[in-house]
Amino acid sequence: MDIDDYEDFDSSGSRLTCPGESLTSSQAYMRGHGTYVDSEEVIASVAGTIERVNKLVTVRAIRSRYNPEVGDLVVGRITEVQPRRWKVDAHSRQDAVLMLSSVNLPGGVQRRKLESDELQMRGFFEEGDLLVAEVQAFFSDGAMSLHTRSLKYGKLRNGQLVAVPPILVRRLKSHFLTLPCGVDLILGLNGYIWVSKHVKASEQEGEEGFDAEAVYSNVNDEIDEATRTAISRVTHVIRVLTSHFIPLTDTLLLEAYEWTVEQETNVRDLFQQDFGDALVASITVGR
Amino acid sequence: MVQSISTLKCASRIEILNEGGFRSDGRRQYELRSIEIDLSQQGHADGSAVLTHGLTQVLVSVFGPREAKMRSQTIHDRANINVELSIAAFSAGDRRKRSRGDKRILEFAAAIKSTFEPVIQTSLYPRSQIDIFVQVIQQDGGFLQACINATTIALMSAGIPMIDFICAVSGGVHSTSPLLDLTLLEENDVPNLTVAVMPKTRKVSLVTMETRLHVDRFEEIFKLATEAGQVIHGEMKAAILKWSKGLVKSMGHGNQDRDGGEVDEVGFD
Repeated sequence: MDIDDYEDFDSSGSRLTCPGESLTSSQAYMRGHGTYVDSEEVIASVAGTIERVNKLVTVRAIRSRYNPEVGDLVVGRITEVQPRRWKVDAHSRQDAVLMLSSVNLPGGVQRRKLESDELQMRGFFEEGDLLVAEVQAFFSDGAMSLHTRSLKYGKLRNGQLVAVPPILVRRLKSHFLTLPCGVDLILGLNGYIWVSKHVKASEQEGEEGFDAEAVYSNVNDEIDEATRTAISRVTHVIRVLTSHFIPLTDTLLLEAYEWTVEQETNVRDLFQQDFGDALVASITVGR
Repeated sequence: MVQSISTLKCASRIEILNEGGFRSDGRRQYELRSIEIDLSQQGHADGSAVLTHGLTQVLVSVFGPREAKMRSQTIHDRANINVELSIAAFSAGDRRKRSRGDKRILEFAAAIKSTFEPVIQTSLYPRSQIDIFVQVIQQDGGFLQACINATTIALMSAGIPMIDFICAVSGGVHSTSPLLDLTLLEENDVPNLTVAVMPKTRKVSLVTMETRLHVDRFEEIFKLATEAGQVIHGEMKAAILKWSKGLVKSMGHGNQDRDGGEVDEVGFD
């Protein structure tokens, strides 16, 4: 079947395909991700939308695991402590690596890593700890290496994790959001979202007063009732939106949050199917 | 009629094919059972599907590609495929609990694994693992075919690159007349085989038989099953496209407040 007479446009103009569908000839076009070449034909290998840039044809899968790119912000969980490195689950095809040399160590300014640091790696990150980091580079086998060399990055506490399909988290100007209800959000591009109590910028540890106790602390702060409710409300809103496969943006989340507050309902009502549907209907209407 | 005579000769308790050419559940010889494909999200699996062939129902969840749980299982240049099959105790007529180490179950799991190894592009994911969990919920014959078809759909919904679909059908011969898509009743009575084909290239990735079948009958039923694979392919493709369309549409809803249509119209000149 030739692509020119293959009519399956949907409303948004994107064209869908599925594995084994022949797209075009390989002499005129280059094959990109999600395709392969067999007997001079470019054939799709995943189900999804066809995208074309000049002569490059790619098929982007509708749902898949996270495909890392350098500079992406990710939220991950430590799975293993190894000599001079941590293994981090970042919802990708392999566990990411966080080298001891790419974390900020206590004692302020940059310094060489000592043997004593190596011996107390569990003092910084332990199995099960959550952290926010940036993708630094790739290894030859495609595994990613992370770094937390910024005060924005590091261990996470005072909150709750939500896992969503990575495609629903789009690249934004900033992935650190603060909602007016006293909730901080970190939208990891790998689909892990951290919802936590708002910490004022002034209270965050500065460069001079870089305090290991505070940065690598495992103890939550005092969180009052209202903040707890707000956190769980935001998490439920995220779950409802993503179960309807709606991409998350800051404006959308805020709108949805306000809608649930207006309804004056309990947080747990969001679990109900009809309430969730009503929420989705209210924010998609008029768009 | 030749058929009716043969039916009489084979004096079994049930009539596999009656004089009118109908089978015990009212189907014709080459008629397939109704297929239902449900692609809704199951738990936190990367891809999942519930597939129903008549009264046979199978649930498949796919996880991965992800870090292998055991380091010994990693392969340095491609992904490892791990298939686990479990059959619900209530799935068949008589309640029967099978242990996970049951030899028969392990054999089916190995068959599913070797069916999918040639189609999944495992070399794209070195050192990773793809876990496929197959759960048989109801059994009414052709459960291997249902497992394979459901796995194809689940792998696609997980976005795992595959060369082609894999479509499986079971077939059997009642004296001289071939039958397709057997129910449990027929499966117990007639020699049968399961064939899995790749519809595009028409390559065959699995042929399996647990009963003896006359060699003269084999070719006929094998060809028929390959044809039926194309029909099942049509159903599966329609389900996948419908599912993708739904998701793309709902993704569009949240997008429109940003920069309008971000996906350019795709056309090849």
